[in-house]
Amino acid sequence: MNIPTYKTEPLKCWNKAKELRNEFYKNYANAHENGGIRWAGGAWSFGAIPMGLGNDVYPLTGEPYGASIAFNKEFSLRCLEATEKKGYARDLCSYMRSYWGSIILDEFLFGGKFPKPDFMWQDHICCSHSKWYQVASELEGGIPTYSIDVAVGPYNEVTDSLIDYIVSQMHDGIEWLKKITGREYDDEKLIDAVYNECRTTSLWAEICVLNKTKPAPLDEKSMYSLYVLGTLEKHSKKVGDFYAEVLDEMKYRVENQIAATKHEVVRLISDTQPPWGFLNVFRYLENFGAVSVGSLYTFGLIGIWEDKPDGTWGARTTPQQKGIKIETRDQALRILADWNLSKPEWQHFYSPHQKSEMMIRIAKEWDLQGIMLHYNRGCEGLSVGIAENRLALIDAGYPVMTFEGNMRDEREFDSAKTMSRIDSFMETLGLKII
Amino acid sequence: MINVGIDVGAKNIKIVALQDGKIVSKGHVLAGFETKDTSQALYNEVLKKANISPEEVNSITSTGSGRKAADFASNSVTEVTAAAKGATNMFPSARCVIDVGAEEGRTIRCDNDGKIIDFALNEKCAAGAGAFIEAMGRALEISIEDFGKISLQSNQEIPLNAQCAVFAESEVVSLLHSKTEKKDIAKAVNDAVASRITSMARKVGFEKDIILIGGMAKNTGFVAALTKALETDVIIPEDPEYILAYGAALLTGN
Repeated sequence: MNIPTYKTEPLKCWNKAKELRNEFYKNYANAHENGGIRWAGGAWSFGAIPMGLGNDVYPLTGEPYGASIAFNKEFSLRCLEATEKKGYARDLCSYMRSYWGSIILDEFLFGGKFPKPDFMWQDHICCSHSKWYQVASELEGGIPTYSIDVAVGPYNEVTDSLIDYIVSQMHDGIEWLKKITGREYDDEKLIDAVYNECRTTSLWAEICVLNKTKPAPLDEKSMYSLYVLGTLEKHSKKVGDFYAEVLDEMKYRVENQIAATKHEVVRLISDTQPPWGFLNVFRYLENFGAVSVGSLYTFGLIGIWEDKPDGTWGARTTPQQKGIKIETRDQALRILADWNLSKPEWQHFYSPHQKSEMMIRIAKEWDLQGIMLHYNRGCEGLSVGIAENRLALIDAGYPVMTFEGNMRDEREFDSAKTMSRIDSFMETLGLKII
Repeated sequence: MINVGIDVGAKNIKIVALQDGKIVSKGHVLAGFETKDTSQALYNEVLKKANISPEEVNSITSTGSGRKAADFASNSVTEVTAAAKGATNMFPSARCVIDVGAEEGRTIRCDNDGKIIDFALNEKCAAGAGAFIEAMGRALEISIEDFGKISLQSNQEIPLNAQCAVFAESEVVSLLHSKTEKKDIAKAVNDAVASRITSMARKVGFEKDIILIGGMAKNTGFVAALTKALETDVIIPEDPEYILAYGAALLTGN
């Protein structure tokens, strides 16, 4: 077999990504010392809305915080056990269990006591979202909590009345924010944040599109370190500016054939959250010349996409690119609701077929030779229907490997067995360790 | 041309030596704790039986969950590849290979050329493998050799509800306490394993011919339960436990 060898080099944006991430957690923890406000909520929360309270309002998003805990195995286990000791079932969302554990232990992963938020600002689409923060609020002695129901159906069936339903909750939410913080609300700041969010999430999709190139400039493991910033503050200008830098770097890598990995013999994608404590799975693939170029999860958790005139899947055109000037609060909220409802990762809550179609589309457009599906016991929301996806991908002609695990509970992941399964899968693709 | 295949399984080590593609010697031994030394000793014994000197050997290919222990091998392949190669080489009509060993059950779907299309493996649970039968045999005080024969004497359908070997053992003990006959419990155990394996086979999809390999193919009660669950016959090679080693020997690394 001909094994192509490409030049590769570390990402120039790597250190800045780490700095931004550290700054995010530091800003949240130190917000009160600096006279600011802290809020907690999910990575999919409408984070642009609390920005209307001022520039000193800092979020803590639960899923990436839960994922971060995976990298400290000792703390991770203590968090999970603390939650179980409190009586919560082991088969609940494992991000949520880690987050609750951190509260129960009153320890913040990044040092010190767990910093209590001033309010919870959540949305609700999966079965755990609102319950997560209801319990978190109770564990922290009663933090004011607001949740917006966004489970209105897939984007291709969205009507004006469904948008109205979400926007009316947003309007109420702004009044609620004013009441519980005692602050005035600045619509200009909201409008800026909505522009920022559209830019950030469209830019991320544009970055992912460049991975259609051979050799791929980015591998999935590296993508995790970059996409995470969108899950922290997708509404911030800083993250948008950073993604613009990443996009430039990716264009440079594409033009100069700088690959993510030295050998790219076959291209794969994975699905759902990875087992965060075992990202070496992706490095292991590289020994065979197999590169995971992303996943529906990395592409579509924060990336916002649309059908392009040539039939391909590409970054959604932002309101600013269309020349739309946002002038009112209602207009900003309406755009924000519509934008988020088109999020790829929200579609398959309603039907696994929607997800299969997107995955097959990725397989074709990114020219894949195989797919690895993580039967993730830690997230019911993103794993629902995954066996259906497997059948659809096989029917479409793509080899599929499945492995069981849990994104955040390493007790449910068998590393040796998974590697052994990868060995078999690689052999079926005709690959041997290079 | 001498090619050797070594299958270092979870419980047994099996070795096959081929001369120009024909089996000229074979042997097996309990893996024990000193797998590396045991593999080497069995290798020497298998060569000696056929009067082959180590210098005459052109390739040694290891497979099995403990294949790294056979560090004198020149090449290694996974169990999935070895099983498919061995079974399809022996039976070119094979389209599905079911391999049930001590610790793992696997089903493999192949195309007309013997190429693997899809495969499924059991997860970390042992309830779809031979170790489960051994554990239940201990609970029933039936030797592993008699387990299949005894289960064939039963015509009862007793579903084992537990999906886990540990819980199933406690269910078996409960059945014993309720005076259920041993033959009926043995059949229930074989039915339970067959059900798990059938579900894996359905996952990858199967069509005839189906080749059943691995040590569990010698358990007649399991074979009866499996053919009933699959609603079709299976072909069992003469020495089903050697097929991985045979397949490995064929995969010379060239």
